[in-house]
Amino acid sequence: MNRNIMKLGIVLVVLYVALFAKLNWIQVVDKESLDNNPINTAKVRRDFNRPRGSILTADGAVIAQSIANPNTDSEFKRMRVYPEGELFGQSTGYFSFRYGSSGIEKQYNDELSGSTFDQQVKSFGDLFVDRENVGNVSVSLRKDVQRTAQQQLGDREGSVVALDPRTGAVLGAWSWPSYDPNTVSSLDKAIAETSWRTLNAAPGVPMRPHFYQDRYFPGSTFKIVTAGVGLQTGKVTNTEPSYPFTNGYTAEGTDKPIMNFGGATCGGTLPEILRVSCNSSFAEMGAETIGPVDMVAGAGSFGFNSSVPFDMPEPAKSVFPTNVGNNQPKLAMSSIGQNDVQATPLQMAMVAGAVANGGIIMKPHVLSEVRNVQGEVISTYSPSKWLTPMSPFAASTLLDDMVGVVSSGTAAGMAIQGCQVGGKTGTAQLGTEPPRSHTWIIGFAGPPGKPPTVAVAVVVLNQSGGSESTGGRVAAPIAKAVLQTALAAQGGC
Amino acid sequence: MLMTVVIVCAAYVLASLGSESRIPANIIPFLVAVIALFMGAHFAVRKLAPGADPILLPTVTLLNGLGYVVIAGLNEKLAAAQATWTAIGIVAFVFTLWWVKRPRDLERYRYTFAVVGLGLLLLPLVPGLGYDAGSGSTIWVKFGPISFQPGEVAKVALAIFFAAYLADQRELIATSQWKIGPLRLPHPKYLGPVLIAWGVTLLVMFYQKDLGSSLLFFALFLVMIWVATQRTSFLVIGGGLFAAGALFAWRTLDHVKVRVDIWINPWKTPSGDGYQIIQGMFAMGFGGLTGTGLGRGGETRIPAAENDFIFAVIAEELGLVGGALIIMAYLLVIGSGLRIAAATDQVFDKLLATGFTLLLGLQAFIIVAGVLRLLPLTGVALPFISYGGSSLVMNYVILALLLRISDQTSKRSMNRAVAEVAA
Repeated sequence: MNRNIMKLGIVLVVLYVALFAKLNWIQVVDKESLDNNPINTAKVRRDFNRPRGSILTADGAVIAQSIANPNTDSEFKRMRVYPEGELFGQSTGYFSFRYGSSGIEKQYNDELSGSTFDQQVKSFGDLFVDRENVGNVSVSLRKDVQRTAQQQLGDREGSVVALDPRTGAVLGAWSWPSYDPNTVSSLDKAIAETSWRTLNAAPGVPMRPHFYQDRYFPGSTFKIVTAGVGLQTGKVTNTEPSYPFTNGYTAEGTDKPIMNFGGATCGGTLPEILRVSCNSSFAEMGAETIGPVDMVAGAGSFGFNSSVPFDMPEPAKSVFPTNVGNNQPKLAMSSIGQNDVQATPLQMAMVAGAVANGGIIMKPHVLSEVRNVQGEVISTYSPSKWLTPMSPFAASTLLDDMVGVVSSGTAAGMAIQGCQVGGKTGTAQLGTEPPRSHTWIIGFAGPPGKPPTVAVAVVVLNQSGGSESTGGRVAAPIAKAVLQTALAAQGGC
Repeated sequence: MLMTVVIVCAAYVLASLGSESRIPANIIPFLVAVIALFMGAHFAVRKLAPGADPILLPTVTLLNGLGYVVIAGLNEKLAAAQATWTAIGIVAFVFTLWWVKRPRDLERYRYTFAVVGLGLLLLPLVPGLGYDAGSGSTIWVKFGPISFQPGEVAKVALAIFFAAYLADQRELIATSQWKIGPLRLPHPKYLGPVLIAWGVTLLVMFYQKDLGSSLLFFALFLVMIWVATQRTSFLVIGGGLFAAGALFAWRTLDHVKVRVDIWINPWKTPSGDGYQIIQGMFAMGFGGLTGTGLGRGGETRIPAAENDFIFAVIAEELGLVGGALIIMAYLLVIGSGLRIAAATDQVFDKLLATGFTLLLGLQAFIIVAGVLRLLPLTGVALPFISYGGSSLVMNYVILALLLRISDQTSKRSMNRAVAEVAA
């Protein structure tokens, strides 16, 4: 009989080995396809039923929080709400059990759900205390700045970015069209699906955070980069060279001149050509004074063609063409922010910030700190340097020149009583029949005689008109109001 | 033994941390209860059956404890009930050890066991008594406020009866011949019981709609008769009969057909019949290699997560590592059980140990294979782990009897050794 018992044992072992093999198949081989199955909601369900921290602005507004689901029959115990709706939609992102998450919800998911290493270890230390280990995430964004930007931009498409150039902290980041994440994050399947479909079909892609994921021609605001590179390389100073007074610049290898706006005649030294935004002079500066090698390297030193170390998901790279070595016409066009130059509003705010911050670009960020539910700080964001495109001397020269653009140039509309304000307008022409353009302004403001404390970039898309004054007229009031609000929060100038 | 108790307690704490981010408030009473219960069982074995196999009880403790922890993560009310059932199970375990001094004593009551077993098996078919607890199977019986699954008790009773019957008759059955042409079959007289077992199995399958149990009974009987007589023809004939029955059931019974359909392709009805098995696979896949952590399973979406599908929850929370641990633990139980069967020289003990081991090992296989979609899903409990009183208590009785047989064997060989030395 023992032989049969042994055979029985062998059969059972074989059966169990089969179990083990199939278990491996499901949990290892098939894991990915199971996890990615569209009807599998394991992951988000897990996150939805766990506590999740709030997201708060620097001025104390709650922009995302989890509340008890009023529908107690629901399989979800909690629901995510966004009290400020569309005002912070593109920053917080959504947290949906159907569509995953985006924005800060995605970036700081571990902190919000309490699963970072620090939080886990801390909660181990609290082994015998009854508490949740979720983190509340405080961001540098301010509701007042955001609100001002929203009101100023109105229903025009565009973006406003305000940051503190000394730290890289983003104070405001508003883009229109925006969206209300409450509907996408709804626990109601029908509501979530309908709004997802509607938003994805809507013009202007409301769910995309345009201020750092969309690129536009920077137009004349790019002249700050060209000027900065010229000053940094020593090839340009406030007195040398003095560009010829002309109504256009014709590069080598083409007979098509780059014309000044309205065919105007302009020229002279850096402060003068910046004040009036002289195309012919800056085209020559980039194409001849600086040259392709320094121009490409210089644009790179301002952050073009680099991945941006921004703490939000998938920031877009700004682009400066690198194939300009044997193509002077292209280099000339690129030096005034046309041709293949593309920049995000965030990038242009950092350009203004570099001038304001003594030539240093800090890593842009929205995180301030993470606190546990007891209010104790778990982690704090510590600002760090990203790039150094200019020496302090080059930066302070350019700062003075940009202040000149506001005091007696195209950016006069940005002037704030009692503050030192510098700026640069831009009008990236999209077409001439009828004339349409992206209108830009970048700049900074702060107490007189001291390093500026706020940098700003505004782009308003698709405005009618194509003259250099368009940028000043459309974008300057927005930039001014946003600067004023941000400065007021810092205690004024 | 201590190790497993420590593991279970640590797991409980971790599970509670996982689901609620806090240490359970009742940790001290829990610790005391776990230690008292399992150590109680341990000392009972030391005292009542000192020569018994040392692996079985700790392994079962681990399974039972882990099951409890997982159930606690799913539903605290069920966990409280499961704790009570565990206590009752351990009391039953100690009582069985104490009461059954020699397994052979059971042999005398074989027909009592047969009648009781068959009666219990068919009890749910009595109108007014049996009911369906929502699983689609009529396997419950209700007497006033108490409800239980008589099938669980019947399993044990019938295993005892089979062992006793076969211990008596095996020589006769083994040597009998019935030639039909080239075939050498056992004499029809001895095929009778096989047919009866088959009939009962089909009855259970058709009327109680309990596929898993019917498979289990039939396999139990076939394997025991095969081990007893060493005639493979029983396996062939029995297997053929079962296959025919199963085929017929698949053709004629809707609930069997559904089970087979969702086994072949659950994705056709992901929110209908296939829902449970698909959610189970999602859960296991999500667990991956190391799992989501105890108490962090997405549980609620799997129907019968605390019962038939508890393996999916374990595999989600503890990952492949945990699932493999469970599989290993059952293999350990099977190995120990069969070793006990092989070691004893008493035919009845041998058959009984084989039958019991098969009950535990095959039942675990049937449900795990169902959850893993290796076999069509048939709802049986995962021994020692699943929520459910009748099953847990009876499994502890089985465990006690296995240990008793083991103790007897080692006692006898000790006596023999002493006798040899004396001679």
